[in-house]
Amino acid sequence: MNVIPAAELDYLDALESQSIYILREAFKKFKRIAMLWSIGKDSTVLLWLARKAFFGHCPIPLVHIDTTLKIPEMIEFRDRLVTEWNLRLIVGKNEEALAAGMGPDKGRITCCNALKTEALQQLMAREQFTALILGIRRDEEGTRAKERYFSPRDRNFEWNYKDQPPEFWDQFKTDFDKDTHIRVHPLLHWSEIDVWRYIRRENIPVVGLYFSRDGERYRSLGCAPCTGRIKSDAATVDDIIEELYNTTTSERAVRAQDQEDTYAMQKLRAKGYM
Amino acid sequence: MAIQNLVIDGLKAGARRETMNIVIVGHVDHGKSTLVGRLFYDTGSIPDGKYEAVARVCQDTGKPFEFAFLLDALEEERDQGVTIDTSRVFFSTDKRDYVIIDAPGHKEFLKNMVTGAASADAALLLIDAEEGVQEQTRRHGHLLKLLGIRQVTVVINKMDLVDYSRGVFERVRSEYAEFLSRLDVMPTYFIPVSAREGVNVAARNGSTSWYDGPTVLESLDMFEATRLKQDKPLRMPVQDVYKFDKRRIIAGRVESGILRVGDRVLFSPSRHEGVVKSIERWNSPLRDFALPGESIGLTLTEQLFIERGDVVSHADNPPNVGATIAANVFWLGNRHLRSGGKYVLKLATQEVECRVAAITDVVDTATLNAVGSEAVEVAKNEIASVVIDLAKPIAFDRFTDIVEMGRFVIVDEYELSGGGTILWSDAASNYVI
Repeated sequence: MNVIPAAELDYLDALESQSIYILREAFKKFKRIAMLWSIGKDSTVLLWLARKAFFGHCPIPLVHIDTTLKIPEMIEFRDRLVTEWNLRLIVGKNEEALAAGMGPDKGRITCCNALKTEALQQLMAREQFTALILGIRRDEEGTRAKERYFSPRDRNFEWNYKDQPPEFWDQFKTDFDKDTHIRVHPLLHWSEIDVWRYIRRENIPVVGLYFSRDGERYRSLGCAPCTGRIKSDAATVDDIIEELYNTTTSERAVRAQDQEDTYAMQKLRAKGYM
Repeated sequence: MAIQNLVIDGLKAGARRETMNIVIVGHVDHGKSTLVGRLFYDTGSIPDGKYEAVARVCQDTGKPFEFAFLLDALEEERDQGVTIDTSRVFFSTDKRDYVIIDAPGHKEFLKNMVTGAASADAALLLIDAEEGVQEQTRRHGHLLKLLGIRQVTVVINKMDLVDYSRGVFERVRSEYAEFLSRLDVMPTYFIPVSAREGVNVAARNGSTSWYDGPTVLESLDMFEATRLKQDKPLRMPVQDVYKFDKRRIIAGRVESGILRVGDRVLFSPSRHEGVVKSIERWNSPLRDFALPGESIGLTLTEQLFIERGDVVSHADNPPNVGATIAANVFWLGNRHLRSGGKYVLKLATQEVECRVAAITDVVDTATLNAVGSEAVEVAKNEIASVVIDLAKPIAFDRFTDIVEMGRFVIVDEYELSGGGTILWSDAASNYVI
């Protein structure tokens, strides 16, 4: 056998390759599949990985759930990339709840359920999607740490975290009963700092809100009323990576809905939250 | 914090980091989650506020501080003090980065244990010093062997409950060493530990002065990284064929060996043969070869009808192709695996209907005792040797030759219900039925 110049997959290559493998499995196995794009760094990296997986194309439609409470700069960024990258975008809104005045003042968990989970549920039903790709990661919080790459949701959108299917050797749950759908999580094995190192290596555009202005920046992006900024002077991707090496605070500490209750994320996610 | 700082310096210097997946297994209540929680706490890996949040939950529910709650995030897990599903947490030493996989120890959640353990490079197997070797201690040891995890360190926990007695440690050690030797597994170390008190986890104290081996933290760094598969024969299972633009791209991941432009390749089981014209990537440095683990695309100099499931190899070093295989299987499904039963077998990207032709040597994984030979079914949590007839020939290798091409899963209806490793086939020359 010929000897190759000493080369092996580097750590970011390995993360990327596993995600590409999962995206291709999902695309092959599900006819009606969409990818959730929150406009944040993770789902933007996911979108980039889809273009890697499909050699510059993104054959999977993107779904954005608009709570109308997003920070305006996020929507501008979204619309710019849709044009530049020639993406197919479907925007979902829970019009009924919005008309009835739903907002975080009605209770943060109630609001997340209505404007995110239910809006997503309505859109999935309308478009008849049977699979949805999301950019969640295991290191974000405790219930996500227990997720599978391919995770079934029942007809009520619920996640049965007490009885998940086994998943090993990259053989995934792609056979399923009708009326259920599958959540696909290609970034599950990435950590927050991995995402930023990859953004740096690939030069992936991200929304400007992540970078410091007047001594503050967003570390995690969500709806304006429930997402806080952290004190930070990190004005570039390099600065952010440096900052993350040194921080001991968790990424979602600024997300108000997580702090509502010890098991807030478990309750939200059991009902179909991202 | 010292450990993290070293890591940071390494990363800043641009050093390539090695990542290793470590699974923690063992019987329920022997302290797996507590050990991981303690390891995190003692190395300063817990985010601000997390320790306080767990302390608050424990106080509210009238419990002493529970390190396991740093991992057991679900309300049901905390209420019952039992890990339901595998959790994964990230952690670093100055040598490398770790993903620590905390697997449940309850028999009911064995499928979750397998889910966690299957992706591990090495394992820590925990035993309660007071309770000694229990059912899941043996079963998990057996499954590690079946999953192909060769590096195991045994941690004998709750030494504080037996007054750090060397006699107790030696007794548990010799009993379990004997069991593992029957499986042909040689543990790297046996470590006496108190996870709750933090003894021999990240640091020593005088309690086990008779012990001169490594701490748990040190033992992690002594595991060897999984070796590369470049020197194995080329195998690339085809995932899909794309025609998004002018190119007709055959997409897949190289599982072993090296693929180069200009290689004459064989597709099995379809038996098409062609020459690699290009290796396709998007927004990546141009390279005319692909390494194991790389998800890539390739084009051929002439158009062939290739489908998902075909396996790319070099023309002169192909996989086996056959329609009968013999394998060891472990069964996780609620419905038994039945002799004569019809299932779907998935191996790499191949999917084929199959029938269980014979079940031999059913073993209770917890005792290693033979349940019976010439059995008619395999129950949940049992392992067996089986012969499987496939509806059509597939490409494969023996598990001991090329791991990725020698293992498969069995789907019963919609449920992934078992896994297996291939011992031989009717195509293999060294076996006579």
